[in-house]
Amino acid sequence: MFEEILIPLDQWVSVFIEWLVDNHREFFQTLKWPVEQLLNGFEHGLNALHPAIVIAVICLAAWKFSGKRLAAFSLAATVTVGLLGLWEDTMITLAMVLSSVIICTLFGVPLGIMAGRSDRFEASLRPVLDAMQTTPAFVYLVPIVMLFSVGNVAGVLATIIFALPPIIRLTSLGIRGVHPELVEAAQAFGATRRQVLVKVQIPLAMPTILAGLNQTIMMALSMVVIAALIGAGGLGSPVILGLNTLDIGRAVVGGVGIVLMAIVLDRITQSMAQRK
Amino acid sequence: MGTIRVENLYKIFGNKPHKALEMLKEGHDKQSVLDATGMTVGVSNASFTIESGEIFVIMGLSGSGKSTIVRLLNRLIEPTAGRVIVDGQDVTAMNNNDLVKFRLHNMSMVFQSFALMPHQNVLDNAAFGLELAGVDKEKRHQRAREALEQVGLAGWEDQYPDQLSGGMQQRVGLARGLAVDPEILLMDEAFSALDPLIRTEMQDELLKLQEEQQRTIVFISHDLDEALRIGDRIAIMEGGRVVQVGTPDEILQNPANDYVRAFFRGVDPTNVISAGDIVRDTHPTIVVTKKGSLRAAHEILSGSELEHGYVLDAKHRFLGIISSEGVREAIEEGRPDLTLSEVFLEDGDPVNLDESMQDILPMVASSPWPVPVVDADGVYKGVVSKNRFLRTLHRTEEAMNGEGAA
Repeated sequence: MFEEILIPLDQWVSVFIEWLVDNHREFFQTLKWPVEQLLNGFEHGLNALHPAIVIAVICLAAWKFSGKRLAAFSLAATVTVGLLGLWEDTMITLAMVLSSVIICTLFGVPLGIMAGRSDRFEASLRPVLDAMQTTPAFVYLVPIVMLFSVGNVAGVLATIIFALPPIIRLTSLGIRGVHPELVEAAQAFGATRRQVLVKVQIPLAMPTILAGLNQTIMMALSMVVIAALIGAGGLGSPVILGLNTLDIGRAVVGGVGIVLMAIVLDRITQSMAQRK
Repeated sequence: MGTIRVENLYKIFGNKPHKALEMLKEGHDKQSVLDATGMTVGVSNASFTIESGEIFVIMGLSGSGKSTIVRLLNRLIEPTAGRVIVDGQDVTAMNNNDLVKFRLHNMSMVFQSFALMPHQNVLDNAAFGLELAGVDKEKRHQRAREALEQVGLAGWEDQYPDQLSGGMQQRVGLARGLAVDPEILLMDEAFSALDPLIRTEMQDELLKLQEEQQRTIVFISHDLDEALRIGDRIAIMEGGRVVQVGTPDEILQNPANDYVRAFFRGVDPTNVISAGDIVRDTHPTIVVTKKGSLRAAHEILSGSELEHGYVLDAKHRFLGIISSEGVREAIEEGRPDLTLSEVFLEDGDPVNLDESMQDILPMVASSPWPVPVVDADGVYKGVVSKNRFLRTLHRTEEAMNGEGAA
């Protein structure tokens, strides 16, 4: 029965994207600019630093937020990554993860707070977040390349689409999880809406917000390989290269690097969330 | 300062309150409004005045609207209709800014679940209201320390709420309320979550604080013993309506309806009625300026039919009790120049006006003379006799049981 009437959605989308590329590419290039600056800053910075300094900073953070065990593990993991010849790729990936997580936090926390305080906003945001999380990355890789061209910046933008939802969701959850009597108490003592937010809701939602940050970091790392498909460098590229040339050894080395980094970043941010 | 006038206050929960409001004004009750409109009546046509410096207890079963009405006073819940006027200021007409200022300075609140900020230590919790008001750190910490000391929590400043017991947490809640030095303190079932022993202790604490500095306290409770213990006046709520307002013994002796009577059934009236309620000035008094003469006292006593006389000083402060027999003996023994104080009866101690019948029962029962009653300054107010005591007991039992059956 569906043979005669069909919705030509594929054509519409193609036409729309082409129209965007033809007429508004400049706008998207402008949008790209701040991301590019941030990313380049991190990339150059991290690569300019002596590896020992980077390792020391990571181990100190692990020691401060968790303890000696994690610090020792972080030391072993980072040294291993270096010995595997992945240092430069790791720094590129780290720069991409940091850039996308910072941008996700910048937009995600305020959006999450708004969603936490307004049922209507939450309801309208939810399907968008669902779409961002479930749409296969391959679907939006092509339009992103068409609008932003290939490279690390396009990789970061694709990562943001995928990694943004958890921090929004968990920030909203955290704000909603604050006991209503505490909000009422603050109001009874004359707190303005802003004071309720700053002095009660955000501090109490902080562990949940940090759990969201942790999830966002993990999702960002899981995009590393996919981002490599559109020319982003970093730990994803040995994997993709290995895949294309059936060089299993090379792919596994890249994979090991990703896993080690993921474990270190996950444990550090998790202990940050649990500390308070 | 701190007088609260509530005028025809209504709160209806639901999206179309006006139809429900009309129905209430036509005299329908909570249930029929719910059936007809689906709206829940929180408070219906409440009007009363809370005097400055009194402890006003609002009592009722759960669902009677007592927690709603206290939140209408500081507009944590917006009223549907009616007015709340505090010291001439219409709270219900305030804009957001004025309301915030009003809450910062005039009215603070203590919560059933304590509602302390778990991320702040005891000191910062106590200073919370002042922090919101923008008081600088040093000053607000000093005020908070004073408030914590008032509630007996000096030395606990650096602890966090979850390190404290329930009673201590509520002391912090109370300190937080006191630190802003409000004229009005709202207490929403403040002691209901505490175990009975601690609850009594906190009630005493509150009465002690009230003695030091009189504030207007609006106290919500479902516990009758609590209401009777601390309330200067009690309002009883049923189904969103205020059914009776009065002093404990006014309500006890003259309950407005069966609901109120049911509340008080099983209450020991001797806990509620105080010596001041039943004191009578029936006995001769002898006012002395210096020593007082035996002969004059003898004259006065023999002029009355009664056996005992009560000796007061020039300011009518109670000094002691004499018996006509004792005076006569002294005169007959040829020592008419004895002072009156030398013939005072032993154990002739007075009781205080606000002691309950329960408290004075042992004295009334054991002493051969009517027990003298004095006020806080020691001024003589009259006596309570065995006869009077028993008659009061009998009458209140009748009021509570007899009329209830009709």
